[in-house]
Amino acid sequence: MKVLAFLLLLPTLAFAQGFAGLGTTTQEGFATPEPGATLTFPADHAAHPDYRIEWWYLTANMTGPDGASYGAQWTLFRSALAPGEADGWASPQIWMGHAALTTADRHFVAETFARGGIGQAGVTAQPFAAWIDDWQIAGPDLTEVTVRARGDGFAYTLDLATSAPFVAQGDGGYSVKSGAGQASYYYSQPFYDLTGMIEIDGVPIPVTGQAWLDREWSSQPLAETQDGWDWFSIHFEGGEKLMAFRLRDNSGAPFHSGTWIEADGTPHPLDGDTLSFTELERAQTSGPQVPIRWRVQIAQLGLDITTRPLNPDAWMDTLFPYWEGPIHVEGSHDGIGYLEMTGYE
Amino acid sequence: MNRLILRTLLSHWRSRPFQIVTLLLGLTVATALWSGVQAINAEARASYAQAAATLGTDRFDSLQPRGAETFDQDAYIALRRAGWDVSPVVEGSLRLGGERYRVLGIDPVTAPTSLPARPDLQGPDLTDFLGPTGLILISASTTLPPDADLPPVRVVEGIAPGTLVMDIGLAQTLLTMPGQLSRLILLPGAQGTQPIAEASGVVFDRIAPRGDGGGIAALTDSFHLNLTAFGFLAFAVGLFIVYSSIGLAFEQRKPMLRTLRALGVPLRRLMLVMVAELTALALLAGIAGVALGYLIAASLLPDVAATLEGLYGAQVSGSLSLRPAWWATGLLIAMGGAALAAGDTLWRTARMPLLSAAMPEAWHGAQARAQFWQGIAALGCFALALVLCFTASSLTAGFVLMGALLIGAALALPLVLATILRIGAAHARGPLSQWGWADARQQMSRLSLALMALLLALSANIGVGTMVMSFRDTFTGWLDQRLVAEVYVTASDAEQGRVIQAWATDRVDAVLPIWSAEARLGAVPISIYGVAQHPTYSEHWPLIEALPGAWQSVARGDGALINEQMAARRDLSPGDTLILPTPDGTDWPLTITAIYSDYGNPVDQVMVDVGLLATRYPDIERLRFALRTADAPQVIEEARARFGLSSEQVVDQAAIKALSLAIFERTFTVTGALNILTLAVAALALLTAMLTLQLMRLPSLAPLWAMGLTRAALARAELMKVLALALLTAILSIPIGLGVAWVLTNVINVMAFGWRLPMNLYPMDWLRLIGLALLTAAVAAGLPVLRLARTAPRTLLGVFASER
Repeated sequence: MKVLAFLLLLPTLAFAQGFAGLGTTTQEGFATPEPGATLTFPADHAAHPDYRIEWWYLTANMTGPDGASYGAQWTLFRSALAPGEADGWASPQIWMGHAALTTADRHFVAETFARGGIGQAGVTAQPFAAWIDDWQIAGPDLTEVTVRARGDGFAYTLDLATSAPFVAQGDGGYSVKSGAGQASYYYSQPFYDLTGMIEIDGVPIPVTGQAWLDREWSSQPLAETQDGWDWFSIHFEGGEKLMAFRLRDNSGAPFHSGTWIEADGTPHPLDGDTLSFTELERAQTSGPQVPIRWRVQIAQLGLDITTRPLNPDAWMDTLFPYWEGPIHVEGSHDGIGYLEMTGYE
Repeated sequence: MNRLILRTLLSHWRSRPFQIVTLLLGLTVATALWSGVQAINAEARASYAQAAATLGTDRFDSLQPRGAETFDQDAYIALRRAGWDVSPVVEGSLRLGGERYRVLGIDPVTAPTSLPARPDLQGPDLTDFLGPTGLILISASTTLPPDADLPPVRVVEGIAPGTLVMDIGLAQTLLTMPGQLSRLILLPGAQGTQPIAEASGVVFDRIAPRGDGGGIAALTDSFHLNLTAFGFLAFAVGLFIVYSSIGLAFEQRKPMLRTLRALGVPLRRLMLVMVAELTALALLAGIAGVALGYLIAASLLPDVAATLEGLYGAQVSGSLSLRPAWWATGLLIAMGGAALAAGDTLWRTARMPLLSAAMPEAWHGAQARAQFWQGIAALGCFALALVLCFTASSLTAGFVLMGALLIGAALALPLVLATILRIGAAHARGPLSQWGWADARQQMSRLSLALMALLLALSANIGVGTMVMSFRDTFTGWLDQRLVAEVYVTASDAEQGRVIQAWATDRVDAVLPIWSAEARLGAVPISIYGVAQHPTYSEHWPLIEALPGAWQSVARGDGALINEQMAARRDLSPGDTLILPTPDGTDWPLTITAIYSDYGNPVDQVMVDVGLLATRYPDIERLRFALRTADAPQVIEEARARFGLSSEQVVDQAAIKALSLAIFERTFTVTGALNILTLAVAALALLTAMLTLQLMRLPSLAPLWAMGLTRAALARAELMKVLALALLTAILSIPIGLGVAWVLTNVINVMAFGWRLPMNLYPMDWLRLIGLALLTAAVAAGLPVLRLARTAPRTLLGVFASER
């Protein structure tokens, strides 16, 4: 889903060439997602340099020994100025890393950039490694990895493992993003069990919890009228998972989409019309005012939940700023998860 | 009422336009010279600051590989992967159409956001900058040859002149250094998980930020201090003019002031209006002065820029920009100068008796007291100068020494002249001659200031002239000693270096590699030069001090030679041990066996055996060779044809000498110009003083006229007196000037550049200068004397009739 995030996050990179043919046209020689393609693993865990944008997006909901809740984010973005890869500084790829650690009253953010082609950042499929500087997700393969990052005042080392299959979002991994047909390839691994250590101001805290990895790549920007989104990833207590998002559109009705994932990993794409998102409360962050409490309803599942943030001020004060933080979920189903909101000013 | 008083005061200038012109001119010229020099300094400093900011060396630590110009970029990746927040930089120079440009390759995504040249990550520049054709960023003042084969160029703000900023990949291509980096910018904050050396496998020297201007500013400080000293001298001399003009106006307005006071104008109000008048005049002159200063600076700046580049490799913009702060200081200086010059006059106005004229005898008494104190002050200055002669240990102390010497001499001048005149008077025969001597003594009080200005200008002229010519003679001789090899070759890369060395070994009498490494000893950069064992060096190299067998010791590998400036700065002498750093981190102990003179080089230098240098510093560039041959033109032609070397890469001895001398000459162009200007200002001071005097002296001349002396005879006597005083001043300025030259060559040069110069004497120049002084005096006295000769008898008669 976060294809949109990145497209908006790097507007000049994505939009510099203009909107040449919405939806299907290949721009500047970039490949575009096609319906009906199949995902192949582990090859698809690695980078797809022929596509304009791509990311490895990990969020974790964690608990300390005293029951305190924590959230962690580890994200590696790839953005191509031109399709393909080249050696050395001639590579057209640019990498961007975001790391964050959230407690009930603090929110740590770090950001770093790298050029492709020189080894400062990259992704290999087998053995799996995604890295930028000294941050990395690495393991024998993507089902068993260690996640590391550090920044000003925080650090974490998290061991993730799962035996669950990867979950294709949308139509077998082809995820539509607008009524006009913008789409991305999108799959997830929402079933990681997590143990590890976080560090705040040099104080180590052991944690356990759950983590969710999103993989997405595309070449198409959002529709011109789409100015932001609200995106939820939720772990329910029964072991089910929900991915749901709303793309706000300044010219009309928002675009809704989502996937209900059974505890065994079976995905059920949701009809956008059955999803309903309602803002309950806005609050001032260190950035702009954003909706921090939400009501999400999915009629076909009988789901009616409200969300509240662990820390309302989970503002990501990065080059392209947004809100991203852990949430608690109550209502017809209880759980925890992550919320990402972009495009608020 | 204020307006009325002001109108009355101003009416004086209307009837004497020449006087207000001198006053304004004096203040304008003083301000112009001072602010012109300040403008040059400000422009240069701004250029250094901009260069440092462009390079990021003003605020950030740099990591430089020890003993190598470049290092593999894998070390950079290793540091990033170890968590160090470093950003890579490629630096080099590129010659396009005869001009040299500095190439700066940066990685915009890791470069500090405050780096001025870094393209905005959100802006459209980034896409072009990183795109396949690339983009070169330059400042508006940089021009590139139109036929240069370069990627598109865009003008942006905040880049140093002469610098081409581009993506690091493009820079590696243009400079042919694939996969190599020059240095790393180390951003504050993040500490890596491993030490730098361990993570990167490279020994880096960590160089702290050096504030605005960085190392270049430190190197060039002495040069700018020199300019400042000259600007100040010119300003001080200019103030003498202002002092004379204001004094003259006061003298002439005395009756008017008395009338105003008698009519009931309160003193406070009168003073207030006079201050307001003065402020307005100062403001006017200040504005004109700053504008004139701008023109002076603009015309001198190209020479200054060339000098700074030649001497220090510092890039200074050849065009001048207007800085508000500089305008403001210029105006303030003009006001301050006016206040200083008018203080005496205002004070006298305040204490002026309302009705009666001041008694000349009372003035005389006051003058004697003043002379006493002046003598004490002069002695104090000389004492200070004497103490500083032996103790001065900084550049500032050197200039204080010179200042004390000059001020002491200026203060002592009236006393010395008075003594001479007294002796003259004692030996005078005949009434006219006696009157002449006595009258000259009486004139001293007013003329002394102008003569002091003349003394300052002449002394500075002799001092600087002696220093420059001594330097030139020494420098030329030194060049002959030092540049013995006939041909100097620089290869394009190491491989070509090897080929050229092999070719030349068969072709010429001797091939002498000149390889060097840059290192840091303490915090200060040094160059380590490797030289071959050959009579070229051991028989010719200009040594100042040496242990016996100095060269043999270098050949054995346990000795090193250092340059004079290094010896002076670090207080080293032959026999001392020197421990040089090496890339692998081990110490390299050497004994200093000799000290050599090394004029024109701002950097500390060590000379060792070339083989040893190549062993200790394996990564040095092996590009330069000196060739000994009897057949230089043929060898040069062959080398160019065979290896495709440019005319810059193969140079003969004569060309290098010519280049060095050209740089030398340009260095002192500005000094010369300021010297002449100072002398011109002194002449102007003398002129205004004479004009003042002429008017004040009418009462003492009128009786002589009444007794039968013709006006022409009086005028002749006046001219002779002025010429005699100027001659005495000029003769006195010779010892003072030599003192200044001694301070320059033996104190200031040592502090500023680290080299001591032998001081030569040039008596022919003194004669020329005495002639110039007499000419100056004749010109300055000409107009007043002419006016005296034409004074209407009625005016002379009036002296006996009217109240002054």
